[in-house]
Parts: sequence; C-alpha cells; structure tokens
Amino acid sequence: MTMPYYVSPEQLMKDRADFARKGIARGRSVVVVTCRDGIVLATANPSRVLHKVSEIYDRIAFAGVGKYNEFENLRVAGVRYADLRGYSYDRADVRARGLANAYAQTLGSVFTNEAKPLEVEIVVAEVGATPHDDQLYRVSFDGSVTDETGVVVVGGDADRAATGLQEAWDPAAPFGAALRSAVDVLSGDERLTATDLEVGLLERAQPGRAFRRVGEAELASLLTDAS
Amino acid sequence: MTQDDAAAGGRFPAAFLRPGSASFVELLAATSPDLLPRAHGAGALPGAVHGTTIVAARFADGAVMAGDRRATAGTHIASRDIEKVFPADRSSAIGIAGTAGIALELVRLFQLELEHYEKIEGSPLSLDGRANRLAAMIRANLPLAMQGLAVAALFAGYDDAAGAGRIFSYDVTGGRYEEHEFHAVGSGAVYAKSALKKLWSSGLDRSTAVRVAVEALVDAADDDSATGGPDLVRRIWPVVATVTAAGYQRVPDAELEAVAAQIVADRRAAHDGSDRS
Repeated sequence: MTMPYYVSPEQLMKDRADFARKGIARGRSVVVVTCRDGIVLATANPSRVLHKVSEIYDRIAFAGVGKYNEFENLRVAGVRYADLRGYSYDRADVRARGLANAYAQTLGSVFTNEAKPLEVEIVVAEVGATPHDDQLYRVSFDGSVTDETGVVVVGGDADRAATGLQEAWDPAAPFGAALRSAVDVLSGDERLTATDLEVGLLERAQPGRAFRRVGEAELASLLTDAS
Repeated sequence: MTQDDAAAGGRFPAAFLRPGSASFVELLAATSPDLLPRAHGAGALPGAVHGTTIVAARFADGAVMAGDRRATAGTHIASRDIEKVFPADRSSAIGIAGTAGIALELVRLFQLELEHYEKIEGSPLSLDGRANRLAAMIRANLPLAMQGLAVAALFAGYDDAAGAGRIFSYDVTGGRYEEHEFHAVGSGAVYAKSALKKLWSSGLDRSTAVRVAVEALVDAADDDSATGGPDLVRRIWPVVATVTAAGYQRVPDAELEAVAAQIVADRRAAHDGSDRS
C-alpha cells in the first residue's frame, strides 16, 4: 500500500488560493462606483452577450470576474435566491446583505471542500435612497466578504486601480463623471471606447427594477463629454 | 421554509446552482412546492371571492384591456375597488376573472415567471412564448378549477415583430385562443361581448378604444350583478390599460372619469322622453 503524500493544511490552502488568484487575475477588472444618480458597474468586455454585470433584483446588481461559467452559475443562483425570497415574503425583503452572505457561504464551502476552488470574485451592489445608503459587498474566491464604501474593484490588478479611484471618489458626482473616472481606471495604455465597454447602472431615482444596461450610443456621448 | 433552512446552513441549495431551467415555477416546484397554489381536499369552497368581467380589444396602435372593480362572495359585494388588470411585464397586460385568491396569486406568479426568465436569459420571452407559458400555468390550476375555483384570463401584448397588439384568451383548461378583434371573459362577458360587437371597428384610435372598452363594461354591469359599473359616487373607475409600442400604460383616472361621465350623459339623453313614468 502506498502512503499518500503529506501536505500541510497551510500549504494546501495557500496552493488553492494561489490557483484561484491566478485565474482571477487573468481577466479584466470590474469597477463598481456609487454616485449621485446611482451605482455604476463598468468593465472592459468586447462581448455584447456574455455579460459580467447583471441585474439580480429591483435594487440589486451583480458583477463577476474570473471564469465565466463559474460566476454565471453564481449569478443565476442569486437571481433564484432573490426571486424566491421576494415571492415568499415581499419584494422589499430582498436585501443585498443576505445575498452576499449566501455567496460567501457558497464560495467558502467550495474553497475548502471541493477539488478546485472557484476562480471568481464578485460584487453585490444595492442602491439606496442616497449614496450614503448604498451597499457594496465584495466576495472573494475563499468566501471572505468585505463591505466597501463608495468604490470596489475586482479582478485583474484590482488593488492598484482601487487606490486611485478611492482617492478621487465623490458621492455627489453625476453618472457621467463617475463613469469617466471608472473608465480612466479600467483603461491601460489605450483609452477604452464605448465599443469595448460593458456598463450597467442601478438608477437611484427609478422605482421598481432599477438596473439598466447603458447602450453604446449613450456611452459614447457620456465619454466624449469629458474632453 | 426550505429557502431559509438553506440560508441557515449558509450556502445556496443545490437546486439554485443547477444549470438549466429559466422557469421560476419549476424552481418553486423543486424547492418550495408548498408555495404553489394547489388543490386542498375536495368540494367547492363556500365564501370564496370572485372577480368578474375583463374585456380586451385591438386598436390601431396596440390593444386595450379593461376590468371592472367588483369582487363578490355569493350575493355579497366583497370589494368595490379590487384590481383585475395588471402589467405582466413592460409590454403586456394580464386580466383575470374567477376565484380572486387563486387568480391574484396566478398573476403574481406569472409576472415573476416573465421577470425571472428575462433576468436569467438576458432577453424577454417572445409574445407567443409568454402566451404559451400562461396557458401552462392555467392548465396547472385545473385540479382547483374542478373544485369550482376556476380562473379565466385574458392576455394582451404588443408584438414587436408584428408591430401590432395581440390578444389571447384562456379557458379553465389552459386552452389558448388568439382573438383577432376583441374578447371578454368573466360572468359579464356575454353582455360585454355583445356591446363590443356593435361598438368596435378595426383601426380605432386610442381614446375611442378606451371609451369602447369602458362602455362594454358599463353594459356588462347593467345586466350582470357581479360586475360593477363606474362608481360615480366614490369615483372608482375601471382599470384600463393599453399596450402599444410604448409598452404597458395605465389610463389615468382623470381620463376615465371624463369617459364615464360622457357615457352616462349619452345614455341619459337616449332615455329622455321615454314614457316609463
């Protein structure tokens, strides 16, 4: 009988975390920033159909980076969670906090129990009555959750991008200005244009389902306002 | 509830993470079947509340749907201001008649079914897809219908592909029938349809279509005790909605008040000089 190799738990977790981080870093970042008009979710995404930013419920949106099939599966689970909760209680009872917790538990248990951790990092955003009431949760591949104020960046070189954006963050900025600051951070050497971007907005003033996708024409006009 | 049991354990239940279905009803059946409307015991229930007449008609820009505001329990009037016409999604309307408790739950479920599909798939169901889905949901209610808790429905939507409004009617078995001109369901349907036969013509403009729909309800209320007419004392007007290229729009009360007043005035004028006194 052969003995299994001994791997220390520290090493095992470190290997898993490194593996997941590597997968996540391969993709482009998603920037989520709150502003006067709502919450802007922006990312570089040439695809018009494979979304990284989506609607979950009336006031809640989802952004994912990493492996598409994995965060897509989590997005669908979130929609199911939210719709089922809203149906059994009331639409007002669907909150981002509960959803972020369910994501955290799911990611955490996959990280420790399954053969391969999920190579994803996600953001759950809920728009409130004022920028002060907005909630942003960042959930990592190992299930750790952080509650952020104003700005979250996930994927790619998230830390570098987040620092710059946090300093410049202005809760009273209109949608256009917030979008431009997000695009500044997302752009590398070449500035991203409307065709390279996927942008969603949780509109503060919109009653009911607040999420909408921002079309190419609107993006182009908002981006050119800057210059 | 199953979902909370799962939340206590923390992670999503396995059914949430299973790839495949974009149907909320299927999800509900798999995770919380107790929340689905279903038959309990046998025999008709006394005292169940019934909603009554819904009419729908096509016009130049789309379709109009109208429902009276009365609900009855036996010979009692259970409600004077119940609403029976709802937006199914941004571009379609659903109107229900029959056992109110079941029908209202069916509407809620149908609205969520469409929203759920749209969110999961990233695009809304086609109008025919929505119409078929509703047929399946009404058919699932058949065991309840056999107990006397029947639901009849009208569905109207704007078909972007055809560039026109379309109307579908349903019977209790989930039979789906496309109506090309107008239709009515509920206890006052016979009278409402007779009125529509005389009042409706193809290519009506919006305001005429609204008046025709309200007038059909007035005729239904005239002869059917379970249908309520416009309530001039309490200012309760029928719920009237249009579905056009602009989507679902509810006709404002101020406009309905004027329409109702005009109908009353016209009819009073028609009866002046009758020798009943």
